[in-house]
Amino acid sequence: MRELRESYEQRIQALEKRLADTESQASQAASSAVEAQATADSVARRPAAESTFNPAVSLIIDSKFTRQQRDPSAYRIDGFVPSGGEVGPPKKGFSLGESELAFSANVDHLFRGNARFSLAEDDGAGVVEVEEVNVETLAMPAGIKLKAGRFLSGVGYINQQHPHEWDFSDAPLAYKAFFGYRLQNDGVQLRWVAPTDLFMEFGTEVAAGDKYPGAERKANGAGVWTAFAHVGGDIGDSSAWQLGLSHVRANPRERGFEDNGISNSFSGSSQTWIADFVYKWAPNGNSRERYLKVQGEYLQRRESGELNYNLNADGVAEASSAARFRQSGSYLQAVYQFMPRWRLGVRGDWLRSGTADLGTLDPAGLPILAGYNPTRQTAMVDWSPSEFSRLRLQLARDKSRNGESDNQVWLQYIMSLGAHGAHKF
Amino acid sequence: MRSKLILRLVALFFALAALPASAALNVFASVPEWAALAKEIGGDKVNAFSATNALQDPHRIEAKPSLIARARNSQLVVATGAELEIGWLPMVLRESGNAAIQPGQPGYLEAASVVRLREVPARLDRADGDVHASGNPHIQTDPRIILKVADALAARLTLVDPANAEAYKANLARFSERWKVAMARWELAAAPLRGTPVWVQHRSFPYMADWLGLKELGALEPKAGVEPGSAHLAGILERQKATPAKMILRPVYTRSTASDWLGERAHIPVVVLPFTVGGTPEAGDLFGLFDDTIRRLLAGLR
Repeated sequence: MRELRESYEQRIQALEKRLADTESQASQAASSAVEAQATADSVARRPAAESTFNPAVSLIIDSKFTRQQRDPSAYRIDGFVPSGGEVGPPKKGFSLGESELAFSANVDHLFRGNARFSLAEDDGAGVVEVEEVNVETLAMPAGIKLKAGRFLSGVGYINQQHPHEWDFSDAPLAYKAFFGYRLQNDGVQLRWVAPTDLFMEFGTEVAAGDKYPGAERKANGAGVWTAFAHVGGDIGDSSAWQLGLSHVRANPRERGFEDNGISNSFSGSSQTWIADFVYKWAPNGNSRERYLKVQGEYLQRRESGELNYNLNADGVAEASSAARFRQSGSYLQAVYQFMPRWRLGVRGDWLRSGTADLGTLDPAGLPILAGYNPTRQTAMVDWSPSEFSRLRLQLARDKSRNGESDNQVWLQYIMSLGAHGAHKF
Repeated sequence: MRSKLILRLVALFFALAALPASAALNVFASVPEWAALAKEIGGDKVNAFSATNALQDPHRIEAKPSLIARARNSQLVVATGAELEIGWLPMVLRESGNAAIQPGQPGYLEAASVVRLREVPARLDRADGDVHASGNPHIQTDPRIILKVADALAARLTLVDPANAEAYKANLARFSERWKVAMARWELAAAPLRGTPVWVQHRSFPYMADWLGLKELGALEPKAGVEPGSAHLAGILERQKATPAKMILRPVYTRSTASDWLGERAHIPVVVLPFTVGGTPEAGDLFGLFDDTIRRLLAGLR
């Protein structure tokens, strides 16, 4: 009995002490808040706890059901060197899609950290990909921002958008052909916003360039350089616009690709220009009822260097020649919200394989580089019961493959759980 | 020759773009009421800019390039807080690269931080609609709160721009005096409204209801930010028969369909309120906002 009483007394004392500590902490917090606010009568609403500093966590779940005429595993964009990215449509029928798990928080007074992982399944095995892991500065002077780590490049317009922000279920053909659907950099980014009433942003990036249009590198230094500029503003209360011009330069060494079962590689220089625009209209700027969004981008790439044909197991080519490519692509899309929660969209995609100068190589050995201009027309309707959910039906006629038209039907849902950060314009 | 011309054009372009920058303190307000308040307290010492206008739904704004450019040039950001601007302001502030106006800095003020918020949800679940974890953010509908925010804003202006401290102090004193006189006038005029039962479109007016003693029977929106369906409205019509409300209050930026439907069937007026500065032609400044609000409420009572 006595033991029991003593133990209870001890526990009561401990509890009292914790209560007193908590009270003093709360009053300290309140007093510092008052100091901070100068004239504050607010109270510290949240008790201090370790979990208070958890980063914002967001989970996007995305699932698709498709009906396609052609086999998506044999997807290719004719006239273009395969970009090696996830460019094809998902498998026929039901597919899991990619879930995105994102964390972000201020690290301290100088840095903010972002991390985003995609979770998918490939041939029955779980796959985790690191989409973004980076830190950005919060307190640089004069409108300068630095970002380091893995990030989506600031070039173009759609490049920085995550798949769940897209207005269609898949990326524009031009991005698929030129960047493996998006340019993802491991490196550093410097951005500067000009102190003007007209929005002007300039940026440059230096990165590893291990991915298309670069190639895996074994050398020191960087493999891809970018520069971009965006200007933007309003036209009255109802319209907003943004224009951009970007440049991507890479020097791939032995960038491999398969064509008709034969391994080839390219070494040389690759330069891409991107011009982009976006225009948004909503009556009085109130996008709740109706809005219109029109966006388009034009990409042009020049590559010149050495093309090695039919590499054997030791990487020795059967034939090599100087080669030049000049290719371009564009898309134009419009999305209209005709009543709250309902949107309609159309998109056109055009690619031009342009002139491929293969030098002394026999074009018959490289059928994928035969001249062809792929096109695609897409229409979609989506319904968003809230800002956190979206259901979409998309129809597309994809003529990426020479002589094979692929009619596709997509059903997709995108759901966002947890903290959901603001989207870019 | 041609390159020289291009150079000149570029120089001209930059000069024009940089022109509006002046010596006054640039205040970036998320909503029109705080821009109006900054004009009252700052006088000619500040350039107040409102990121949104009264006809926009403050929950649904985009991080437009024009807003990023304005934020880049601002020395003080005045936001409502309580997650009202969560969908766009954090992005605008981060993208601007302006270290002085980040949350936690003297250049960032949240009006809600000096107010005890109402309707703090007991449970946080997105199934309940567009809930604000810290409470209802529509604080500008109570003039007593405007006065509190005015104090905080003057203190903050003094902190950011100590050189003009005297001017801010004098402007605050003058504003407070005029405001208290006006409040007495509004309260006297609004006396007949006390105890009046009302429906609201969105939960936009709990602070005003508290100030004027209006009795909110409920919101037409079944859940915050969700448009009411016909079954829900029919239910409200039933409740209207049991406990009749005198009018339906709707902020000017919301859709009129639901409130018009109910007003027609229940034979009660739909009172469209300016909600913030600029919501109606009469609500040209903060005084006009409350003059017009009271006038419209009284007209609805008749």
